[in-house]
Amino acid sequence: MPEEAISLENRADKLNEEMLIRRIRDGEHELFYELIRPYERRVYSTAFAILRNEADAEDVAQEAVLKAFKHIRQFRSEARFSTWLISITVNEARMRRRKEHVEIMQPIVDHQDEEGNYTPRDFADWREIPLETLERSEVRQKLAEALASLGQKYREVFVLRDVQNLSIEETAKALGVSTASVKTRLLRARLMLRDLLAPGLGGSWSSKLSFAKGTKPW
Amino acid sequence: MVVTCEQVWREISNYIDDEVAPDLRAALEEHFHGCQRCSAILDGTRNVIGLYEEDRMFEPPQGYSQRLHHRLEQNMPRSRRGFLGWMVAAAAAVLVASGFELGSSAASRQPELRSEHAQPGTGVPAELVVVVAEDGKTFHAAGCEFIHDKARLRTITASEATREGYSPCVRCMKKYLSASLEINNDAGEVAGAVDQP
Repeated sequence: MPEEAISLENRADKLNEEMLIRRIRDGEHELFYELIRPYERRVYSTAFAILRNEADAEDVAQEAVLKAFKHIRQFRSEARFSTWLISITVNEARMRRRKEHVEIMQPIVDHQDEEGNYTPRDFADWREIPLETLERSEVRQKLAEALASLGQKYREVFVLRDVQNLSIEETAKALGVSTASVKTRLLRARLMLRDLLAPGLGGSWSSKLSFAKGTKPW
Repeated sequence: MVVTCEQVWREISNYIDDEVAPDLRAALEEHFHGCQRCSAILDGTRNVIGLYEEDRMFEPPQGYSQRLHHRLEQNMPRSRRGFLGWMVAAAAAVLVASGFELGSSAASRQPELRSEHAQPGTGVPAELVVVVAEDGKTFHAAGCEFIHDKARLRTITASEATREGYSPCVRCMKKYLSASLEINNDAGEVAGAVDQP
């Protein structure tokens, strides 16, 4: 879709949302259902990405939506409603995580220094994903597992930017970090996911396998 | 400008997001042409983004939306009927009592609902006089505070409202919806009027 069309559509959505929000503030509370309908899944998946547990994610999603309803007067229209809602969800999920000390799985990559360089593993090729691959549920399972194995700060950024399609600025705002931080974490998250997924999803190993024994060829 | 593989790996994500200056972009593109390893990393990274864009990744559990709405409904301020509302309701009751009746058979064919969330108003008495707003999706008892556009209201019967695709307001019509559910358990779930497991 051309950029112009997207921005026109976004503007129409935003105007419609502003109208809905005004009416909800004026007492037409039932319109809130209509306002959140497009974002219900997004709220859930954001909560899930942080908590990695269905029941907690659903509970937090409900809390976040309720909070948005109760504080709708505090929403400032210069932001997008979706970004505001996602920020609330992120905060709720982080609070839940802190409260329950949820660390079922030690993330495999949290020990890595965010600013340090990351060396991508060497696959000769992973140029195409067969279409039928996307339909298989075990593939989705693999994707979920790979994502779950990332540290929280990488997972959050990746989910907001690449799963929810927020812009870099919106991701930064929702998470309360700088855009530079978002970019660094995003790079790391994408490369790590590639390393985790390529071997199983059509990427062929390079013939130079020396790094598999612990040393990298570069 | 010439860039090394290490520099490429640092910028590969910004390159995909179009967040690099034009001269760096040109240098990166030149590098990708000549370096098979980096161009494979680029393809792989793009694959990752493409795979996760597929938004069925985190499918919410079944019934998530209904449970969410139910929770919201429990926390929304209760409907309060104003004096005018009661007057209109009283007038409606007189109309009903004086034999104002419409055949309920007309409502037996389910029309297309105006709201995808709603359930048809199967439990609401066909002759009940209700209020609808032109651009609304639900029908209400007169005076219900959840009526959409209060300037453009029509008073019709529940069966007419159902025929036009309006569904019952889950607050002011709640007693009928619950009653319908008790009478006929096979009728399915009524949005917002029943506890989800």
